[in-house]
Amino acid sequence: MKPRQKRIALIVAGLVVLGIAATLVLNALNSNIALYISPTDVAAGKAPQGKAFRIGGMVKEGSVKREADGVTVNFIVTDTEKDLLVAYKGILPDLFKEGKGVVAQGKLADGGTRFVASEVLAKHDENYMPPEAAKAVGDAHQRAADNKAKAEATGAAGTAPATPATAEKSPLKTGY
Amino acid sequence: MNNRLINWFKYASPQSFYPLAGKMIPWFVALATVFGLAGLWLGMVVAPTDFQQGEGYRIIFIHVPASWMSMFIYLVMAFWAALGLAYNTRLSGMMAQALAPTGALMAFLSLWTGALWGKPMWGTWWVWDARLTSELILLFLYIGFIALQASIDDPRRADKAGAVLALVGVVNIPIIYFSVKWWNTLHQGSSVSLTKSPSMAILMLWAMLLMALSFWMYSIAVALYRARTIMLERERGTEWVREVLQQEGAK
Repeated sequence: MKPRQKRIALIVAGLVVLGIAATLVLNALNSNIALYISPTDVAAGKAPQGKAFRIGGMVKEGSVKREADGVTVNFIVTDTEKDLLVAYKGILPDLFKEGKGVVAQGKLADGGTRFVASEVLAKHDENYMPPEAAKAVGDAHQRAADNKAKAEATGAAGTAPATPATAEKSPLKTGY
Repeated sequence: MNNRLINWFKYASPQSFYPLAGKMIPWFVALATVFGLAGLWLGMVVAPTDFQQGEGYRIIFIHVPASWMSMFIYLVMAFWAALGLAYNTRLSGMMAQALAPTGALMAFLSLWTGALWGKPMWGTWWVWDARLTSELILLFLYIGFIALQASIDDPRRADKAGAVLALVGVVNIPIIYFSVKWWNTLHQGSSVSLTKSPSMAILMLWAMLLMALSFWMYSIAVALYRARTIMLERERGTEWVREVLQQEGAK
């Protein structure tokens, strides 16, 4: 082996060892690196007790309710399997919307049934499109859902061709 | 075969690379300007408003190209560093040194524009999620590389030390890139990647790609310019530098 080849081998070996070390460290730290946990994790008792943590999920459609004082907001965060009721007093970010991603920091209250948030952040998805396109996509999903419902109602669900609804991207896809 | 090798090594010496770089710089500057103007026009004037974020989304035309460049420049820097360690070529260290400030600038731009966007959209300037934190580490790696090289007087030793740091830091690049896939982060996933079709309106995508090309060309132009200066400085005692200076003085 020429000295040059020896140095190349050394560099490659060094990088491989470094890569393995980094992988092991990151794997060990996995739960600490995650920014938030899901309502399912909370339901499974994985939430830290008496300590602040972040939950993430989707704001359930139709769940946002403002209290009489005008600044307290209640909404449900869902990962489509489990729900968690969240109470928050303060200003919500622009992108906070029903059916969109959200990350909230706070503590569990009332024996773990309610999450009192001190900070609510909107989690944006990776879709960028003009309003007309967004409407078209929404309409298409609506039509697909209607068609499916109709097909099921007429008992032809088994023979109906696959509707676009099956190809629909889950809004939860990001970060899960 | 032999012929090609000789050609490659010819340009590995500062002496012959210096005039070549000088000839290439105006081209890259021109391309950066053309792509930049086209990208800005397409991005700021033509591209439609986003359905959720309104006009605020237009920061991606700076943010995404800057982030891509910050990662890519680091890879190129590490490549030169490895080449320098393995082959002991003079040019490698100079190229790595020339790339670092531009990389640092891109990482800073990425973090800064991200913060400006994050406040109105997410509701916070900063959050310690995996993507943001690893990009911050990248900025520190660049700064560390620049500081380490600057602190050692002997350029050969400075190159070696810098190269080791650059190579160790390379492990951070896949972490940045895949962080949004591997962990729960506040940062959204990639809109554009090699493995799936982009989830972005086509005009927005074009504007972003043009801006990315522009950043690319700018980075090359600036790095070459800086490399030329470093060559003159490091080889100031040599015959070819004296000749170059005499020629340029005569103009």
